Amino acid sequence: MFLSEIFSDPAFSLVPWVVFFPLAGIILNLIFSRRWEEKLTALTACLAAGGSFVISLLLMLALTHHPEGATITLLEWINTGSLQINWAFRVDTLSVTMMLVVSGVGTLIHIYAAGYMHYDVRINGDPSRYSRFFIFFNLFILAMMLLVSADNYLMLFVGWEGVGLCSYLLIGFWFEKGADGIANARAAKKAFLVNRIGDVGLLIALFLMFWNFGSLQFDTVFARAPEVAAATPAVLLAMTLFMLLGVAGKSAQLPLYVWLPDAMAGPTPVSALIHAATMVTAGVYLVARSHTLYSLVPAAQTTVVWLGALTALFAATIAVAQNDIKKVLAYSTISQLGFMVAAVGMGAFTAGLFHLTTHAFFKALLFLAAGSVILGMEDVRKLDETNLSDSFHHSHVDPQDMTLMGGLRRKMPVTFWVYLMGALALAGIAPLAGFFSKDEILAAASQNGLLVFLVLLAAAFLTAFYMGRQLWLVFFGKPRSENAENARENTALIVLPLILLAGLTVLGGLLNFPGSLALEGWLEHTLGKGINGEFNSMVAGISLIVSITGLVTAWFVYSRYSGEIKKLDPLEDMFGAVFIGARNKWYVDELYHAIIVRPLEGLSQQLAQPVDQGLIDGIAVGFGSLTKAIAQSWRSIENGFVRSYALALLLGIVLIFSYLVIR
Amino acid sequence: MPTVNDFLLILPEVVLLIWALLILLIDLWIPDTKKYYTAVLSAAGLVISAGCAFALLGRTGSAFSNMVVLDGFSSVLSILFLLSGLAAVALAYDYLKRNAAQRGEYYTLLLFSIAGMMLMASANDLIMVFLSLELLSIPLYILAGFFRPRLASEEAALKYFLLGAFSSAILLFGIAWIYGSTGHTDFPGIVASIDGGRANYLLLLIGAGLLLVGFGFKIGVFPFHMWVPDTYQGSPSSIGAFMTVATKAAGFAALLRVFLVLFPAEAPIMAGILWGLSAASMIFGNTVAIAQMNMKRLLAYSSIANAGYILMAFVPYGNPVIAQEAVSSALFYLLAYALTSFGAWAVMIALEPAESDGLLLQDFSGLGRKYPWLGAALLISMLSFIGVPLTMGFWGKFYLFKTAVDGSQIPLVLIGLLTSLVSAYYYLRIVMFAYFKPGEPQIQPGRWASVVAVICAAGIFVLSFIPTPVFQFAAQMIMGMK
Amino acid sequence: MVNDWVYIGLFILISLFLPAAAILIAGWLAPKKPNKIKNSTYECGIETVGDTWVQFRVQYYIYALVFLVFDVETVFLYPWAVAYRQLTLFAVLEAVVFLLLLAGGLIYAWKKGALQWN
Repeated sequence: MFLSEIFSDPAFSLVPWVVFFPLAGIILNLIFSRRWEEKLTALTACLAAGGSFVISLLLMLALTHHPEGATITLLEWINTGSLQINWAFRVDTLSVTMMLVVSGVGTLIHIYAAGYMHYDVRINGDPSRYSRFFIFFNLFILAMMLLVSADNYLMLFVGWEGVGLCSYLLIGFWFEKGADGIANARAAKKAFLVNRIGDVGLLIALFLMFWNFGSLQFDTVFARAPEVAAATPAVLLAMTLFMLLGVAGKSAQLPLYVWLPDAMAGPTPVSALIHAATMVTAGVYLVARSHTLYSLVPAAQTTVVWLGALTALFAATIAVAQNDIKKVLAYSTISQLGFMVAAVGMGAFTAGLFHLTTHAFFKALLFLAAGSVILGMEDVRKLDETNLSDSFHHSHVDPQDMTLMGGLRRKMPVTFWVYLMGALALAGIAPLAGFFSKDEILAAASQNGLLVFLVLLAAAFLTAFYMGRQLWLVFFGKPRSENAENARENTALIVLPLILLAGLTVLGGLLNFPGSLALEGWLEHTLGKGINGEFNSMVAGISLIVSITGLVTAWFVYSRYSGEIKKLDPLEDMFGAVFIGARNKWYVDELYHAIIVRPLEGLSQQLAQPVDQGLIDGIAVGFGSLTKAIAQSWRSIENGFVRSYALALLLGIVLIFSYLVIR
Repeated sequence: MPTVNDFLLILPEVVLLIWALLILLIDLWIPDTKKYYTAVLSAAGLVISAGCAFALLGRTGSAFSNMVVLDGFSSVLSILFLLSGLAAVALAYDYLKRNAAQRGEYYTLLLFSIAGMMLMASANDLIMVFLSLELLSIPLYILAGFFRPRLASEEAALKYFLLGAFSSAILLFGIAWIYGSTGHTDFPGIVASIDGGRANYLLLLIGAGLLLVGFGFKIGVFPFHMWVPDTYQGSPSSIGAFMTVATKAAGFAALLRVFLVLFPAEAPIMAGILWGLSAASMIFGNTVAIAQMNMKRLLAYSSIANAGYILMAFVPYGNPVIAQEAVSSALFYLLAYALTSFGAWAVMIALEPAESDGLLLQDFSGLGRKYPWLGAALLISMLSFIGVPLTMGFWGKFYLFKTAVDGSQIPLVLIGLLTSLVSAYYYLRIVMFAYFKPGEPQIQPGRWASVVAVICAAGIFVLSFIPTPVFQFAAQMIMGMK
Repeated sequence: MVNDWVYIGLFILISLFLPAAAILIAGWLAPKKPNKIKNSTYECGIETVGDTWVQFRVQYYIYALVFLVFDVETVFLYPWAVAYRQLTLFAVLEAVVFLLLLAGGLIYAWKKGALQWN
């Protein structure tokens, strides 16, 4: 660290610790967790995440006095030719906002996971993976912190890949479980491959950037962007669109969203932290961070808006027809990410980031509460009595199937209330957090164009509808299975983070409350004055009416749904084929399989035998055996006799001298 | 008349030598069951000496009427030698115990040899070069045969001694030619004589060629490498590990300084010879390593190839700018190579049972599953050896290749790249055994070798993130050279 | 240049000639009256026992080496003692260091049992 640098506030120099704390957690757990009890392992991991949060808070306080922020160079990284990249951390209002969300929600979910994973590892029959989970979790916080605190695109990319890796590892956490013992591994692989497509896009964008700007450092790139935009607008368009491909992969937008629903194979805390609250918002962050580039290319902005809006609607239609409690939330996440992407595309950065923050609160809450429901359905008590993982037989009832639930309101009251809070916030009911943030996006959309506004409004209606459906199926009515009958509330360690998150969900709206607009003023220091979705009572009224309509419709439809399991979903009665289509995710997976996977597989089958095995392997093996043969013949030079060794030495001298002579 | 200042400038060496003598005596009263005192004492001596070397870092000057100089180059290398010594002590303790060869002389001789290396890195007179070469070699001859009366060890020592004596004689012969040509043995005198046009050019060239042979023997380049596999295999493994790193580094220290200071004008001619030695070493070392199933011999051939890589950057040393770059890259690579090589040797020593002359590659089967830490250390070492991007080994090769490209040695770089590709075959084969073959390797009692392995791997891992600062440190240290 | 080589050649010739002449002249001038006692290995009268080609115990050599240490010590100390009055403190210290080193060697050899005959 270059101590000679003097920052406007000494607290800024603490920023590397947002990465060092999780790193310390990883190292400690790597070394000691084998000897430690579970509690100590979990405590270490929680403290590591909490340490990052405390640092983020300190940075925020420092920023309130010195909103211009600072760049802290930790080390020089690459310095060859014209490529100069440092390990440098950027402290500004945008990055610190992300740090606070990531580490704050992250810490709460760490605490929740300490309780949740205790049961999860026993249900799945391998308690030794408890520490592995927390190592991966801390690694995720580390990578995410790198991503949001980077001062250049390459360091951001390192974090970007790092969170992708953690996502892969954690989706496949029970890699030998799932249908046929391979479904989880498949889900992990799918997430990895689909993300890879997006990452290639981002990489190409970075190559273009380095090629045209000669730098990957944020300030340098942004400073030179206008001249490049003036000289070669096509380059900037290509750059932003390729970057958008990366965004679509990481933030699960059309057409690369397909991995996120499958990613629910991971343990529930993973779904909450990585696949709802933080990692998937990295794309939104990337667009916001690169707003200088996007605002120079209107065409790219329009693409971003429509990508987000269509994703929001499309995913919402699928969410309506799902029966898996986590799948509904997964499609809802995709849909909400669509809202955010659309917002940042419109230039309403504050609205997008506001929604990102509130969404992190209530979606994490919903996932964790869903996890609580799942544990309740899993009949954990039997586990505690026997306390032997071997004797615990996995219940043959799917604990995530909503058609088997019902009536949990009385069995799990705390979970019910926090779930209700989260669901209403997501549906956009005033005065919960989701209402304000979604409203800002809708307000911005109303200025952007009627069509976009209507699409997003439709998505909002569906959002309210599927959340109403879920509430009804899970918590109201009568229990529809033995497990639901026996469900009980969970332990304090699991419930406590839920209550805290519920508090944030209720109060989150204050962050950018109409009138004060604290977040907007805060982010202006970094993002400049964007399109601000001012509070528009007309729009707010419309959206509120739409939301309530959605909830009430759901109520009407599903109050007809009685306690019988086998009964058809009422919507299927009404819409028939359309509903079946939605339930089967509009057959997108099948479509991809037919037009991309199958032809590729066919092609590789064709190429495998003659080209790969025959030609390429032939050449490779040929060279290999040739080298081996040479090696065998040369090794006989080394015959073990000192006299011949000395002779070789002498021959060497003779050779050198003859070179000197004949030269 | 020597002054206190003279002794101050070589304080690390003085401390080390006195310490070595004291250990020799103290060890007489340490019973066989408590030999760890000797090991700890020698480690302490190395640390103290390293402390002195650190304190002198950045100081420059010459001592004993220009016999030795202190500059950044010698300081950095001294620290490298001392750290290698620490690793050799850590590797030796459990290993010697296992082989019932816990004799305190091991540590004394090791310390003597390190002192010789340090003097070699700061020698400023051909006589000094020769004396320090002997000071570093003679203890190593004995250490190579330290497992007397085991035949393999005695054979290794005898071969090393005979060929070493032969090459020393050649080196001395070269010094004589240079003295005959210039009338001086001290570097400033020789340079003045050459610059003044008073030197006999032909005699000088012959002398330079003979010196190159002498140093080439120490660094083990083709065709002066013949002793390397046999000696590494027969010697105690802890000494094999030390020799691959430290002896090579010492040889390079002398080679770089002598050629940079004395023969910059002869570079166009010498470049041809260096080119041939480098290319032959890379090709020969990497190719023959493929045929090896014994880990020690494999590492020996790998060390030959690596000497070729370092020499590659030095081929265009006639251009002063590139020469600076070459020396920095060589120092960087030596550091990377030291960590990587010690890591690999340490994993082997941790597993090597008593009375063995090196593990076979099959003996690593199942390592990754049974001992994940050791397996990971081996994996990192091998990846670094190959030069997989973003490991220390990659950055090391990157700087070497870059220097060679800057010196427009494109064919040599191509040879280097292709042979690196070949080397992946045998390095990855070790990884394959460790991770994909079932087996039950057994860690031998004592944990120091494992500790060294993990530290080296961690060092490779951490430093691979900050190659530029390390490289620039090396570049900054050698600024004052010459 | 050529003259230098001539001098060296002359020098070699003379250096070959002188010892050869001494030996030849001695052989030529000396009276030769051999008898049994004169032809024995040790003229002083001690009889040799057994064959000359016997293996010595290796410890003889260690003894010899230790003896050599003190031999060398004496050789070095004579000139030092002769010039003692003109020498500086530094030279005195050097001699002390030299003696200490040799003493260390002796202690080492002693403790290792080199002086033990068994």
